[in-house]
Amino acid sequence: MALTILQRLFQMLFVMFGISVLAFLIFFATPGADPAARIAGRNASPETVAAVRANFGLDRPLPIQYGLMMKRLFVTRDLTSFVNRGQRVIPQVLDAAPITLCLVVGAAFFWLVGGVVLGLLAAALRDSFIDKASMAIALVGVSIPAFWLGEVLNLVSQSRFHDTWLFAWVPALGYKPFWSDPWMWFKTLLIPWISLATLYIGLYGRVLRANLVEAYQEDFIRTARAKGLSPGRVLIKHALRTSLIPFITLFGLDFGALVGGQALLTEVVFGLNGIGRLTYQSLQTLDLPVILATVIYASFFVVMANALVDVVYVLIDPRVRGS
Amino acid sequence: MIPPVANPDPTDPILRVGGLTVSFATDRDPVTAIRDVSFDVNPGEILSIVGESGSGKTVSLLSILGLTDPRTTTTSGSVIFKGKRILELPDREMRRIRGREIALISQDPMTALTPVYTIGMQIAEQIRAHQSISRRGARKRAVELLGEVGLPNPSEMVDRFPHQLSGGMRQRAVIAMALSCNPALLVADEPTTALDVTVQAQVLDLLRRLRKDFGSSIILITHDMGVVGEMADRVLVMYAGRVVESGTAEQIFDDPWHPYTWGLLASIPPLRGPRPERLASISGTPPTPANLPPGCAFAPRCRFRFEPCSNPPPRYKDDGHTALCFIPPEDRPRLRATVLGGERSAA
Ligand SMILES: Nc1ncnc2c1ncn2[C@@H]1O[C@H](COP(=O)(O)OP(=O)(O)O)[C@@H](O)[C@H]1O
Ligand SMILES: [Mg+2]
Repeated sequence: MALTILQRLFQMLFVMFGISVLAFLIFFATPGADPAARIAGRNASPETVAAVRANFGLDRPLPIQYGLMMKRLFVTRDLTSFVNRGQRVIPQVLDAAPITLCLVVGAAFFWLVGGVVLGLLAAALRDSFIDKASMAIALVGVSIPAFWLGEVLNLVSQSRFHDTWLFAWVPALGYKPFWSDPWMWFKTLLIPWISLATLYIGLYGRVLRANLVEAYQEDFIRTARAKGLSPGRVLIKHALRTSLIPFITLFGLDFGALVGGQALLTEVVFGLNGIGRLTYQSLQTLDLPVILATVIYASFFVVMANALVDVVYVLIDPRVRGS
Repeated sequence: MIPPVANPDPTDPILRVGGLTVSFATDRDPVTAIRDVSFDVNPGEILSIVGESGSGKTVSLLSILGLTDPRTTTTSGSVIFKGKRILELPDREMRRIRGREIALISQDPMTALTPVYTIGMQIAEQIRAHQSISRRGARKRAVELLGEVGLPNPSEMVDRFPHQLSGGMRQRAVIAMALSCNPALLVADEPTTALDVTVQAQVLDLLRRLRKDFGSSIILITHDMGVVGEMADRVLVMYAGRVVESGTAEQIFDDPWHPYTWGLLASIPPLRGPRPERLASISGTPPTPANLPPGCAFAPRCRFRFEPCSNPPPRYKDDGHTALCFIPPEDRPRLRATVLGGERSAA
């Protein structure tokens, strides 16, 4: 089992290397575009472009360019933005990453718990009123865009009802670091978490319900029932455990994408300066070094989330383990 | 322990099924999968239910165990187990019977075990569902059971996952699990269909030994008349959801009444004597519950059908032997000879 996991982690490193090469090639070796001019930003003077070319070694062969770039990204970490006059790129990413991580991890907790509870409830009481109602609510949840829900929650909690006892506790928008005041951190993130999680609770609940209902057609569920086990035990121990695989696959994809910047709209709505927002800003100013750094950061997270999912597979399903 | 029952006479049937009828709600009209199925199982007896696939064997079992889906299934008739009507029992009480007093061995050992748990855990789980026993005690018992059903090296097998075992070994594990609470009645749904021939023989041997050693009654479902001949004390032949013939094994093999049974018997290659020129299997396919022909359901495939067959057939009865067919007793030997050759001798 350890070997399987190790193997998977090694594969992950390999994929990350591939992604960094690809991202590099897209930015620096696209035919017909001069990377130096793009890094220097719009309306840069010829001197600046020349400086950029020398600075990034863009006059040298591609493999060396790649090596230099990776060195500046990961070793010396002194990649600088030209659009923003010499601002260091890596610290920006490192400042933004924890904010996105806190937002997404917290929301993931809510949506996993919510999705499992919703799915179990709907499957256990399937075809009952509760099943139909919860699935209808889930459908509404899936259809609401996260940013819209976020804006509504803001409107309600920040202005309209802020002075009532219900929402008086809600702090102003923006991120408060965990280490300086954990309670404050929790309060600022609670509403963003809920707004981001709502969509996924509905989605995951529906997926889990469908998988559970399908699992109940399996022979082993019949065996479990014929053993005289209680319905709850059959549901949790036998049906849920074997229905988790698609659920976890989905989670790996969504989690990776969100950490990688897909939570952009939620970040903007709640004034959280996360990775999504950073990417968005750098795209607007065409700040190539920042875009490159965030793209590589994002893809690393997607890859890591998927590797983690594979490790979880190995833990929950003995068939995946090498014998 | 098991509470005393109303009729403690040890020769009374432990299971009496009377007029069992099961229908399923479908997208269109409800379909009746089994109709008016009645039979008794005596203590220590092996009753074989035989019929082509789709004849309602599994549905009969599942409804006896209360495992059909109540949202889509209507069940009527009576099932009396040890003097107690069990169809009407609340689920909580039925659960005490399932797995402890009536145990199921299901058709396909490949899919009958939960893939993510070891077989030891799954056996122990059943024991612990019915007895207060420590985790460790249950595990020890699981090892013993695996040894009893003839798995080599049981103390190691107990920690194996289902996918690590061969089909025959899995079926043994399933049987060990079914035996774990010493059930009075074992219900085996085609326990050997998915296995290859040598393993089949071993599993059948094991079931016979169980009956001998523990005196369990067994309902053995199969579509293989050869298995029936080897195992059964009494036989129930099902076709399109109805019992078309029933009787002791001797009655069914020496003096079968129903043309469908003749067809099934003709499909077993004889062990002795000259092989027949062709295996007279039954042509055509059985009807589905949704489009049963009026009258005798077997008539469209029957070589001996005549006018009355478009009406519901009568049930002939004699000394516990019954058949659902219009062919009058005096015509049977002559017609049967055209399928099975001269008079049958003891199988
Ligand atoms: N849940 C169900 N809903 C509708 N029809 C069913 C259901 N289960 C079984 N049937 C039908 O009942 C008939 C008998 O099935 P079954 O008992 O599985 O046959 P056997 O075990 O003898 O092969 C089949 O025609 C099958 O299509
Ligand atoms: Mg069947």
